[in-house]
Amino acid sequence: MSKDVIKNIIVKDDEDYIINMGPQHPSTHGVLRLEVCLNGEIVKYVIPHIGYIHRGIEKMCEADTYKQIIHLTDRMDYLSAHMNNEAVCLAVENALQVEVPERVQYIRAILDELNRLASHQLWWSAFGMDLGALTTFFYGLRDREKILAIFEESFGSRLLHSFNTPGGLMHDVHPNFQKHILEFVKYFRKKLPDYKNLLTDNVIFHNRTKGVGVMSPETAIAFGVTGPSGRGSGFACDVRKVAPYGVYDQLDFKQVLYSEGDSFARYQVRMDEMEESLNLLEQLVAKMPSEGDFTAKMKPIIKLPEGEYYERVETARGELGVFIVSKGEKYPYRMRFRSPNFSNLFVLNTLSKGLKIADLVAISGSLDLVLPDIDR
Amino acid sequence: MNSVFKYFADIVSGVRSLCAGMRVTGKYFLSPGEIVTEQYPENRATLKMEDRFKGEVIMTHDENNQHNCNGCGICELNCPNGAIEIITKKEADETGKLVRSIDKHVYHLSMCTFCELCIKSCPSNALEWGQNFEHAVFDRSKLTKVLNQPGSTIKKKEAKS
Repeated sequence: MSKDVIKNIIVKDDEDYIINMGPQHPSTHGVLRLEVCLNGEIVKYVIPHIGYIHRGIEKMCEADTYKQIIHLTDRMDYLSAHMNNEAVCLAVENALQVEVPERVQYIRAILDELNRLASHQLWWSAFGMDLGALTTFFYGLRDREKILAIFEESFGSRLLHSFNTPGGLMHDVHPNFQKHILEFVKYFRKKLPDYKNLLTDNVIFHNRTKGVGVMSPETAIAFGVTGPSGRGSGFACDVRKVAPYGVYDQLDFKQVLYSEGDSFARYQVRMDEMEESLNLLEQLVAKMPSEGDFTAKMKPIIKLPEGEYYERVETARGELGVFIVSKGEKYPYRMRFRSPNFSNLFVLNTLSKGLKIADLVAISGSLDLVLPDIDR
Repeated sequence: MNSVFKYFADIVSGVRSLCAGMRVTGKYFLSPGEIVTEQYPENRATLKMEDRFKGEVIMTHDENNQHNCNGCGICELNCPNGAIEIITKKEADETGKLVRSIDKHVYHLSMCTFCELCIKSCPSNALEWGQNFEHAVFDRSKLTKVLNQPGSTIKKKEAKS
């Protein structure tokens, strides 16, 4: 909805005033500026202003080869860096019809789930902090550190690990990879009750989130809200189930769905997804072939045949789509990302209309926005 | 009557959830063995990074101050950010033929995104990751480094026996 349309729906009174939340507000998780029209404490409309961290990644991709594009996608949704890499790799591999070794597919799925866990842990920490519970921040980051240690051991970097490459992986994983993951799963299972006691069962937290920002499934579909935010409204949109990629069709897991659609439902989807990810990790490590190649045979210079290619994966925040237009050269003619956060952000106005300004923080926190992915 | 009952029920449930949270934090308060904080600047002497840690790109030199880089420029081509510049020179070898060799392998750490493409693409395995991560300097020009050490020469290929 454009700015004029929103303003026309709600006529601004003389008593209303407009404040800017952000771009340096701590609860916006990045440089998001929200133009909030308030009547007293009541939110009349919210207009997100984006573009403060626009780096032109889509345009930069047009000057890079397919191997070089990978490291740019890390920097979009930095909390699900691995899934972003995988989306581009899958698009290139499907375009070239390369058969990726089974071991690579399992490792990729393991890294997907680890990254999803790390992302949800950080979200849990920051969501508690947004609502005034600073304790959660330390507890969440403590457990996230264990995952980052696994990442650091295998890829050398903690956050932006450009570990995928079209056709496979950069290296083989560290010999201790499986052992450390199983240790982590065991450790984190023990810590999840702490999460429940600290925040999930807290009465103040219930009052802040239950019934706040109710999103109907129709709204979720109309705005294209995917990921845990959409599944909190009962919109079955998990790409791992709907259109399985990699080895996800061979795994036993369930799509977490809640029908309430409020901030607490979105919270619970993510908490349940953490448990699902732990189950998935155990299955994946048990099934993963211990020997094998870590990359398929690829030409040194990758040229996609002329045409258009689309591939989608499930990141920690929703459905990420990669659209490549190729003219048969080693650079893409046009690269386009359908980022989940962009759609998730613009539902904010619909959800927070008529609520208090403190609820706006709860809603934007429960949508789990990452700004570099929106601006790209 | 109902609202009065609800008022006190809310207080009881509030105190109960407060205690549940305090029990978690109190448990860690009383067990200092679970402290995970690393005292970073103090533990420098014992701090060891992982073998694969991506600190910076370095060029390996052996004990005779020799490296593997022949200045082919493939790393420069593969770098997505232009962080590597290869400056070559032409030198006469023993037979008097002009041979191209590396003069300076310039590495701009400030532009590097640690994507590992230079290291993976190097045909003679001249580059690798260094473990140093303390890159803070006061002047930006200090982030431009020359990777081949002064006076170093290229390692001669051993004749295959």
